[in-house]
Amino acid sequence: MMNRREAMSAVAWLLGGTIVGADLLVACTPNRQQVNVEDLFKQEQVLMLDEIADTILPETNTPSAKAAEVGPFMAVMVKDCYTPAEQRVFTEGLGKLEEACEEKYGKSFLKCDAKQRKELLTSLDQEQKAYMHTKKAEEPSHYFRMMKELTLLGFFTSEVGATQALRHVAVPGRYDGSMPYKKGDRAWATS
Amino acid sequence: MAENVYDAIVVGSGISGGWAAKGLTEKGLKTIMLERGRNIEHVKDYVNATKEPWEYAHRGGRTQQMIADYPVLKRDYALSENNLDFWVNEKESPYTETKRFDWYRGYHVGGRSLMWGRQSYRLSDLDFDANAKDGVAVDWPIRYKDLEKWYGHVERFAGISGSKEGIAHLPDGDFMPPMDLNCVEKDVAARLKSHYKGNRHMIIGRVANITSPIHSRTNCQYRNKCRLGCPFGGYFSTQSSTLPAALATGNLTVRPHSIVTKVIYDKDTKKAKGVEVLDAETNQTYEYFAKVVFLNASTLNTTWILMNSATDVWEGGLGSSSGELGHNLMDHHFRVGASGIAEGYEDKYYYGRRPNGIYIPRFRNMNGEKRGYIRGFGYQGRASRDGWSREIAEMNIGADFKDALTEPGDWALGITGFGETLPYHDNKVTLDKEKKDKWGLPVLAIDCEIKENEKKMRKDMMEDAREMLEIAGLKDVKAHDSEYAMGMGIHEMGTARMGRDPKTSVLNEWNQVWDAKNVYVTDGACMTSAACQNPSLTYMALTARAVDHVVSEMKKMNV
Repeated sequence: MMNRREAMSAVAWLLGGTIVGADLLVACTPNRQQVNVEDLFKQEQVLMLDEIADTILPETNTPSAKAAEVGPFMAVMVKDCYTPAEQRVFTEGLGKLEEACEEKYGKSFLKCDAKQRKELLTSLDQEQKAYMHTKKAEEPSHYFRMMKELTLLGFFTSEVGATQALRHVAVPGRYDGSMPYKKGDRAWATS
Repeated sequence: MAENVYDAIVVGSGISGGWAAKGLTEKGLKTIMLERGRNIEHVKDYVNATKEPWEYAHRGGRTQQMIADYPVLKRDYALSENNLDFWVNEKESPYTETKRFDWYRGYHVGGRSLMWGRQSYRLSDLDFDANAKDGVAVDWPIRYKDLEKWYGHVERFAGISGSKEGIAHLPDGDFMPPMDLNCVEKDVAARLKSHYKGNRHMIIGRVANITSPIHSRTNCQYRNKCRLGCPFGGYFSTQSSTLPAALATGNLTVRPHSIVTKVIYDKDTKKAKGVEVLDAETNQTYEYFAKVVFLNASTLNTTWILMNSATDVWEGGLGSSSGELGHNLMDHHFRVGASGIAEGYEDKYYYGRRPNGIYIPRFRNMNGEKRGYIRGFGYQGRASRDGWSREIAEMNIGADFKDALTEPGDWALGITGFGETLPYHDNKVTLDKEKKDKWGLPVLAIDCEIKENEKKMRKDMMEDAREMLEIAGLKDVKAHDSEYAMGMGIHEMGTARMGRDPKTSVLNEWNQVWDAKNVYVTDGACMTSAACQNPSLTYMALTARAVDHVVSEMKKMNV
């Protein structure tokens, strides 16, 4: 069964290893129940997730993560797909991120400017990379790794991300295994 | 009563059941196909087939609820939002794992023909001779010449695309034009050919996706969404292929929600009279009668039906006289291989999502070579460029990071070995009468494992993969042996094997149950050995051959 081997390798490659809580990248069935994230995230926290995502993937010559509503997407994923232990790491992580922000700039993340936000999240990304290299397999991922993974997933599989930041053809109709490529051409959204 | 009488009964509607129904009805036999699950109508019921990833709340992920509901499916790729309704409800249909066995089931019209991997290879006499040569289990009662024309017969109708290669132990078939290798695969194939002096091959996969229209089916559109059901009929399934042909004869009745609980055996005639059916929706019991019964319920469920058909004549179930019913369960062991980076192709990419990859046919333990194990393995794989999910070690977040991810990454080529599992008598299934399913029926207990031969083979599967990729010039080659548990190959085979002697096999050379000659088993249960090729094409060919046999036997009044 060829498809599944590919699905597996795609998962294994997602950010080079562990993927938190989900086996992703392929299509799915409609959401079976009304998503209710309020008991896990306050509205302000969802806004904050949106801004975190937008700092990770800002607007360039293509739209930003916020344009793809990545913040609300993250909240849904954490609620539905994460284990309680992972949820705890994630929600406590939001608090840790705020604390780090207060310590560094004396104000909350939402009050910081774009440069400060980027600086903070860059240091958190360095922190998570170092942590992920040394952690034991059974230990949970770093909260910022979770946020980064969900941001990438939420953006690049969204309609905005897949069709504007990446390329997508619903029905290719043929296969060309040696298509010319030049630097700057966009990647396909799905394989 | 009369309305429950047919010429033929087919139990199951998957790959082999569909072929049985097509063959029997085209021969003019009034046939009923009994399917334990719901109906899935071609195109109309492929509810997710044209959806895009962003149309789903979790983008193809798995929720905690799904993980709780599908304790087996969650063990591998199969559990995802995209085709959850194609997999069995595990709460309704439990089984017992005496040892871990991952059993991935599809209980609906079409069975796993809707979700299958579609790789389609012929077996050869390297495979059919193997048990006799090695003194393992029992000899296959047939050889390649017995099956050759039937392979062609099913390939022409199903539509198998592939390349003719002239490889003796992987016989060419009646193929549609092959899909293309991509630029990296082509070069790697050429380097392997040159290094191994034509003794190892990397070829395009032979796949049941059509590359030109056939019957009312449109050729593959390179969407790579096969497992959602294909609205174009681009790949072979019961729904796209055998079922319409069978229905067109006017001789087929399909009855969904029909759990066949036993074959009704008549000890005076020593034949089956029909089958007993439990209606899965109403819990009513019905009897259906016919001159011939085809069991195509999938390997383990076919054996379950035989076991559950115990009588005072056959206490261990119909077909149990040899003591081999339920034994010799096999799968293909895999999840071991290697991958590496291909440099120098930065100015190349691909268009379209090819639902197929490369195949490296078996090369071990052939032509006199003797490794520390018997039999062999093949590889499947592909080359592609990394996408947005890759790690970029030197970057963190922000605009540059984002723009880098919107471009494709390195070319990588990965291969995974698929190894032959030997038929061990003690790898077996039995009825667990303590545990009951939703309908109060006893469930199967599965007790099997890979042994020394497979474990030794896995070392070669890993090291050969590493060596070939390094020889092909790939960089940063990494080999892996990930966890494998039996069943994960979704190639269950054996438990009602064919043989030459009723004392040591369940079926004869025509797939007839020795103990009741008008009962045919032509799904994976019949396999005497596993070979290392994907097995479904062989089930199709065996089924078509058995149908031809039963019709000639009926003419001779032997069945």
